[in-house]
Amino acid sequence: MEELALHLLDLLENALAAGARHILITIEEDGERDRLIVTVQDDGRGMEAAALEKALDPFYTTRTTRKAGLGLSLFQATAVQCGGTLTLESQPGQGTRVVAAMRLSHPDLPPLGDMGATIATALSREEPVELIYRHRRGRQEFQFSSTWLQLHLGEIPLNCGPVLDWVQRYINKGLAELYGGDQS
Amino acid sequence: MIKSLDELQKIKEAELEAIRLREAGQKARIVVGMGTCGIAAGAREVMAAILDELGKRRLTSVAVTQTGCIGLCAQEPLVDVILPGKPRVTYGKVDAGKARQIVAQHVVNGIVITEWVVNRGEV
Repeated sequence: MEELALHLLDLLENALAAGARHILITIEEDGERDRLIVTVQDDGRGMEAAALEKALDPFYTTRTTRKAGLGLSLFQATAVQCGGTLTLESQPGQGTRVVAAMRLSHPDLPPLGDMGATIATALSREEPVELIYRHRRGRQEFQFSSTWLQLHLGEIPLNCGPVLDWVQRYINKGLAELYGGDQS
Repeated sequence: MIKSLDELQKIKEAELEAIRLREAGQKARIVVGMGTCGIAAGAREVMAAILDELGKRRLTSVAVTQTGCIGLCAQEPLVDVILPGKPRVTYGKVDAGKARQIVAQHVVNGIVITEWVVNRGEV
């Protein structure tokens, strides 16, 4: 995965597959402490201790269509390579929380990438999901909430092309402002 | 930011108009495979291109959804097009350029691009 946003999309797909109705994504860039912390918290079905133990094993999956479950282990490899860690907390019925911490200045740190496309993709589904994305950079923050968007749209489903296209442009514009216009 | 909201309002009005015109169940569907295999093969870029194309064409009458790994990892990115009353058509090894053509030819004009099809559903 060449972007953090792609790793994130993979985590979001896991959360959605676990039946999550609420997902909170936070990205914190702390230049002073040289930390980048990415968190995905969901209220999906969660995992038993035994499954949690094996969740980072690339040759473990609950899926039946193929034998490997690479997503989490790939993100863990990236985090470790960038001087950090990936931790998993989960309980059956309580949802799952994934925290990846990395060194912000690490030369191998992948670029953030297309967060707009990642969020729009996660929202492309019939079943409603309330997704909040908070991105903090130093003292500034950008926030997107699908709950707010759904409120604004009323009866219109989120997963109509022009709406999701608006979502990807809105988020990328908001992030470009957060980065002071040096990232499009 | 205000401009973005104006734009959202316009999309909302167009979709409300489309809902009024559309009969129940007459919505086309596009499904993109979004398992780890799909994501690694470029499925998100395919999704972004589809959304951009639908946005530019103001095609509000198309539902966009995703699915996990269906075991055809070698053919990812996979895109299904289901037009109302028509069987599912699955395209394989789709990239952003192919995705735009699938929207233009298949979703808009109803012409299946046979050479990229890897599977077809029952009627």
